[in-house]
Amino acid sequence: MERAILSGNEAIARGAYEAGVKVASAYPGTPSTEILENMVQYPSIDASWAPNEKVALEVGIGAAIGGARTLVAMKHVGVNVAADPLFTLSYTGVKGGLVLVTADDPELHSSQNEQDNRNYAKFAKMPMFEPADSQEALAFTRLALEASEQFDTPVFLRTTTRISHSKSIVELQDPVSGLPQPALEKNPAKFVMLPGNARKRHPLVEDRLAKMEEWACRQPFNRVEKGTGDGRVGVITAGVSYQYAREVLPEADILKLGLVYPLPKALIRDFAARYETLYVIEELDPFIEEQLLAMGIQVTGKSLLPLCGELTPGRVAQGLSGQAVTSYYSHKEMLPGRPPSMCPGCPHRGVFYALNRLKAFVSGDIGCYTLGFMEPLSAMDTCICMGASIGNATGLSKVLDPPERSRVVAVIGDSTFLHTGINGLMDMVYNNAASTVLILDNRITAMTGRQENPSSGYTLMGADSYRVDMEEICRALGVRNVRVIDPYQVSATHKVLEEEMARDEVSVVIARRPCMLVKRDPVARKPALSVDDEKCTGCRVCLKIGCPAIEWRSSDQGKGSAHINRLFCVGCSLCRQVCHFDAIGECQ
Amino acid sequence: MSNPVTNVLISGVGGQGILLASEVLSEVLMLAGHDVKKNEIHGMSQRGGSVVSHIRFGEKVYSSIIPEGEADVLLGFELLETYRYLPLVRQGGSVLANNLQIFPSPVTLGKETYPENIPAKIAEAFSDFTLVDGLKLAAEAGNERTVNIVLVGALSKRVAVDDHCWQQTLRKMVPPKYLEENLRAFNLGRQL
Repeated sequence: MERAILSGNEAIARGAYEAGVKVASAYPGTPSTEILENMVQYPSIDASWAPNEKVALEVGIGAAIGGARTLVAMKHVGVNVAADPLFTLSYTGVKGGLVLVTADDPELHSSQNEQDNRNYAKFAKMPMFEPADSQEALAFTRLALEASEQFDTPVFLRTTTRISHSKSIVELQDPVSGLPQPALEKNPAKFVMLPGNARKRHPLVEDRLAKMEEWACRQPFNRVEKGTGDGRVGVITAGVSYQYAREVLPEADILKLGLVYPLPKALIRDFAARYETLYVIEELDPFIEEQLLAMGIQVTGKSLLPLCGELTPGRVAQGLSGQAVTSYYSHKEMLPGRPPSMCPGCPHRGVFYALNRLKAFVSGDIGCYTLGFMEPLSAMDTCICMGASIGNATGLSKVLDPPERSRVVAVIGDSTFLHTGINGLMDMVYNNAASTVLILDNRITAMTGRQENPSSGYTLMGADSYRVDMEEICRALGVRNVRVIDPYQVSATHKVLEEEMARDEVSVVIARRPCMLVKRDPVARKPALSVDDEKCTGCRVCLKIGCPAIEWRSSDQGKGSAHINRLFCVGCSLCRQVCHFDAIGECQ
Repeated sequence: MSNPVTNVLISGVGGQGILLASEVLSEVLMLAGHDVKKNEIHGMSQRGGSVVSHIRFGEKVYSSIIPEGEADVLLGFELLETYRYLPLVRQGGSVLANNLQIFPSPVTLGKETYPENIPAKIAEAFSDFTLVDGLKLAAEAGNERTVNIVLVGALSKRVAVDDHCWQQTLRKMVPPKYLEENLRAFNLGRQL
């Protein structure tokens, strides 16, 4: 049998392929992004980026109603966006199997909160599988699609960052064959969710969960593993926490759950009755623990383990033993941090440099440009969720008097604007708010690793596509002042922003320049720049743009001087424009 | 422990080629017949941030994260990022560090200072310490961008896997155009 070492996300894509998935849709979001990116290698799947998670799920629902197996993927907070169709989809059920992958991010490696989406399974009354490694990620994707059809329900597959991004060995199989051909079939009682129909569907949902609970007691994905000990300690766990439990408590017997909702209650009662000590080991919320307590089972979990952050072997060991894990080596000095920063040549840098100098109050959004909050640019004051910048700016402008009001600038990327920013702009114009909106149009969804979007002109599969016209959209929403700037031009950027901030009505400034990392755009990389030591006065103004290519060298005699690392510099010339002494030029 | 697992940690700065290095290592280990798990964080940690990759192998690996203080080998692509992860290394573990400093932004801005004499501090605590002139060896191999493969070569001495597994994996994973210089880079590192 062929084996490969795959990440959890690669394994999910492979599982979808093996299960005969025909349609996959998603909006990129760490740690889920690579699932759809890896679908591209399987030509039998129509994989696409949707403008947001709600649309992605709606596309998936349509494909499932047509009878095709479908996979929809998003990060945990994306499910909030998709929640509206999701809860009603639970009532309609499916025709072709539908799996929604929710990739959660305990520890907030790349997110604005660490919500535990297992709660959505209970809330939306949908089953949820949770793999513990890549082999299970592949197998559970197949299983979830089969269960979706067997029980006529959408099914969650939940991963966490450590599952999505860890690689482990999987066995590959051939794709299934003989699935029914998609076709139209009228069934309004099932798919038209007016009150009269929906009222009849709700009892079916409750009945379905009860049936799945019984079914889950007999399935091999919920299994008991004997430990090396004397059988006094039992553990109930799932997902990545299972791996840490095995690592830390080799002597314990473990009930490993593959399906975390609905819980196999009879199996759990039987298991729990055998142990003097019973632990639930789970990350984030006491999702399993609370259900066990409600069943009247005495367990220990969150009284020992943290509610916040991800688990690690050390955190589990420390929680259960009460003893801190000690290291052989510990530092005797404070180490400098190494925060991420905008890339050399990033088109966002010039914009934030201007916003900083204009003392703007920046209503921010989600993307690479959120890094604009960091020193030395220090030009972002809020960041809540995708698309929030514009609505937040409207709210601020409603409560402020004109001099302060003019300082408010909403900053949003092209992909985020098309995700959920448009509605905010519609409201801003409709309700006569006065604020400046800055759209950072780098023609790509950059933060998640450069994915296409409706303004990039390409699809996920690499086909040419219509490119959304940002200016026309803004004008159609009623914005009278739409201006386009090149953020590499420092003075012009500053001037346009200053003028539009002073205007007491809605204006949109589009800062247009492709992401430095996107290779397809014909922007030739310019030669690296260098600092002329003779001319450099050590004034440090070039350090204020926060470019990683510029280093500072202190000197015993003089004031020190700036240097440009030629391996990093891409010649964007921002530093050259801010230098007062003409000390920066092309390498000699 | 009844289930011996070897733990390798690779650290550095986003953009240095750490992911490729850890991919090569885990493919090699699978080819050599081990169970392997590998873990790192994508996303925010790129873009010049601190990056760390965990690789664990043995007969059966559970956690993909190395238990705290149990790394057997630490390979650092940059001095501060080597120094930063020393608390994850066990007593008697091996440390390899690329002799390179990349100043993080708080240092450039003068808010914090880059620690001094890092190699001496590592050597004092870990007797098996190797300082690698990655850039010099990469240039010798014919391309300054092969530093990561030089470092993988240096690491290969600490991982008991047959030479042919390394050669076979490099041939599979490196584009043919760059294969010769990468094989030279690997061999220069392996000779250290």
